[in-house]
Amino acid sequence: MTIIYLLIAISVFVAVLFFIAFVMSVRHGQYDDTYTPAIRMLFEDELVHEDSNEQPKTKTNNDN
Amino acid sequence: MRECYHCGELCKDQELIQDHKSFCCRGCVTVYEILSENNLDYYYELEKSPGTTPKATPTSYEFLDHEKIVADLVEFDNDGIQVVNLEIPAIHCSSCIWILENLKKLHAGIRNSQVDFPKKQVRVTFAKEEISLKELVLLLGRLGYEPTISLEQAAVKKSNVNRTLIYQLGVAGFAFGNVMFLSFPEYFQVDEFWLDRFKNLFRWLMFAFTIPVVFYSAKDYFISAFKGLRSRILTIDVPIALGVSVLFIRSTLEIIMDWGTGFFDSLTGLVFFLLVGKYFQQKTYAFLSFERDYKSYFPIGITRILEDGSETQIPVYEVEEGQRLLIRNKELIPVDAKLLKGNAFIDYSFVTGEAVPVYKLVGDKLYAGGRQEGGSIEVEVHKKVSQSYLTQLWSNSAFEANKEQLFESLTNKLSKYFTYVILGLALVAGLFWAVVDSTKVFQVITAVLIVACPCAIALAAPFTLGNLLRFFGKNQCYIKDTYIIEQLANIDTIVFDKTGTLTMREHDKIEYEGIPLTAEEVNLLSSSLRASNHPLSRSLYELLKANDITTLDSFVEEVGAGIHARYQEQNMKIGSPSYVEVKVPKADLQHTSVYVRSNNDFKGRFIFQNAYRTGLESTLNELGATKELVVLSGDNDSEKERLKTMLPKNSTLFFNQKPADKMNFIKKLQQQGKKVMMVGDGLNDAGALAQSDVGIAISENVNVFSPACDGILKASNFNKLPSFFKLSEKGVSIIKWSFMLSFLYNLVGLGFAVSGNLSPVVAAILMPLSSISIVVFTTVLTHYFGQKLLEKNKSE
Repeated sequence: MTIIYLLIAISVFVAVLFFIAFVMSVRHGQYDDTYTPAIRMLFEDELVHEDSNEQPKTKTNNDN
Repeated sequence: MRECYHCGELCKDQELIQDHKSFCCRGCVTVYEILSENNLDYYYELEKSPGTTPKATPTSYEFLDHEKIVADLVEFDNDGIQVVNLEIPAIHCSSCIWILENLKKLHAGIRNSQVDFPKKQVRVTFAKEEISLKELVLLLGRLGYEPTISLEQAAVKKSNVNRTLIYQLGVAGFAFGNVMFLSFPEYFQVDEFWLDRFKNLFRWLMFAFTIPVVFYSAKDYFISAFKGLRSRILTIDVPIALGVSVLFIRSTLEIIMDWGTGFFDSLTGLVFFLLVGKYFQQKTYAFLSFERDYKSYFPIGITRILEDGSETQIPVYEVEEGQRLLIRNKELIPVDAKLLKGNAFIDYSFVTGEAVPVYKLVGDKLYAGGRQEGGSIEVEVHKKVSQSYLTQLWSNSAFEANKEQLFESLTNKLSKYFTYVILGLALVAGLFWAVVDSTKVFQVITAVLIVACPCAIALAAPFTLGNLLRFFGKNQCYIKDTYIIEQLANIDTIVFDKTGTLTMREHDKIEYEGIPLTAEEVNLLSSSLRASNHPLSRSLYELLKANDITTLDSFVEEVGAGIHARYQEQNMKIGSPSYVEVKVPKADLQHTSVYVRSNNDFKGRFIFQNAYRTGLESTLNELGATKELVVLSGDNDSEKERLKTMLPKNSTLFFNQKPADKMNFIKKLQQQGKKVMMVGDGLNDAGALAQSDVGIAISENVNVFSPACDGILKASNFNKLPSFFKLSEKGVSIIKWSFMLSFLYNLVGLGFAVSGNLSPVVAAILMPLSSISIVVFTTVLTHYFGQKLLEKNKSE
């Protein structure tokens, strides 16, 4: 059962890694604005879509 | 009538068609053209009519040519690259974010731009050789995203965001999870061989995880308890700090002496829950500022006229006595000055509470804060910005006081007695066991202190008030801090400002006085008003709305004076008394009026009156049922009789109140032991708002300037004030009920503790159970009452 020393060591190590990741993310300001990135994320998908078939898009627009 | 493709307003006066789409004005078409030329049509696909109409006459940003002002504004300037953080109140939807983050497609000089939506800010990185700050600001203005640039931005350099609470919460949550996991085997107390062998490792690991929680995450409770004790106040933080330290010391002793596993799980959980409560309470409205003074209302730069007549831009804080300044149409007068040249028609409504713009003559004194409505004027500076009549108000001590420190919350009131009771109980239980079984004394005393740790009590107020804060926010009443809501429940006197608070900002009551106009004259009048852009012309035109619009033969508008129109044989002059060449008694100048002369005869005048808010009378009567009402106005008493009929009988009214008078009046009320709420809107109320127990600023548009206050209420929700009061009173009751509930838990826990049976498992179950049930209890009740009181209003 001494393997448990190793297992505990690994689990604590992983936990600490996540904790460091958390601290880093706070430090980089990820928690300062929790709203805008959620919206920004949606744009890029649409942008690619728009670039690939720009012509038909403008057309449907005109029909409105 | 169709909606404008760009801004979504109905196309009332005109409908411009471009690319088969309707637009309400030239400005909107221009924005559309700029965007579609640059293949940024996607803007209109993200959201329906997302735009804002750009201003018809763009603000002049001449002062941005001045290097010193630019240096004050930019955050970073190196190698020709500048970074600036601009506040843009117009940001409101995802299209706004998208277009502002794609600015680089509109101008090659813009390298990068990033929007912070909650703060309504955009951070732009640009090459100053390719695009200057002024060009950038003008570009944004053309798109309808005009940034606010005020003296404040020059005064405050970017403040560091305080992230301590997030770190503390993160540390506590991390430790809580790990300690729970490690203490799990011992909950079952299985005397297995391997469990026995490893328990020391587990225990010391838990100890290691707990150390940062006690010394970092919980440190604010210790500091605050210590501060409280030093000034002899028993705040709720005292029993919390006591509980945390007893938990830590007893647990550490237990594992050292091998008595047991300790209470590390309860300890980390306790701190974690407390911090969650603190975080929940900290709902902030990042895009609003509650600390604003005159600096965010005043411009940063102004045009100075040198001796040789040439113009130059200087920062406002460098304005010296004796200098000559040029104030353009719609610009703010930043200093006390004397009028040298031009037609001054100045809107003081925001600084003095005078309802109507006033004409000033050459040689008259102009006070800082007035806005020129008319042509350019030249003035001579009397006093520097910081020494002006209005700005001196901010040197008063009322602006220094920290209202939160003066306020004793319900939780702290309770904890005064609570702490004594707990200490007494621990003592009695200790004495009892000293007689019965002296080996258990330490155990029992610590157990009492652990169980009594008022986690649930400390969570009741943050969750109740935090929820209410969100409800208030949903109804466009933005409160600075949770303790304000508790304070709101204690208010017994409400003081109102008149102009802009009880009345609406726009005039929409117009009366005519004089010789009746013929149908022909009315037609000519409205035809000429239609061509004018002056705000008074616009509202008068809206009122008349004649059917026959004739094309005028000639039309001349003299800015700041009036209009001269001719149609066939008819001549008409509309404007100020001097323009219309009529002598009027001084008393008449108190009202905003437009004078009319047809051919050679003086006809009469249109008097503009501010309209009172809809439903004002019933709102005031509802409030007056339980509270004393006072009206303090900076205006003259011409409205006294009308106001009296609307107010409940026992209310009092005062007129011609200077900003300092208002503040002293509130101070006097407070000395009589009254809890005063001030409701105001302008800079002249700033002192009163700061002095009062709760200062609420009324604002037509919450994004534009409002003076320092405890809460900002959207003007259209003024009639919800009684509901806000009721809800805050309910909130206080909910807190009291939660206290009862947590006492019950404490009694159960104390039963275990006093009898010496408090095991870690019991503590680990009882503590989260009580905390979570309090959170659920308060959340459910606040939602119930919030829906009942505020949502019901909505449907009416």
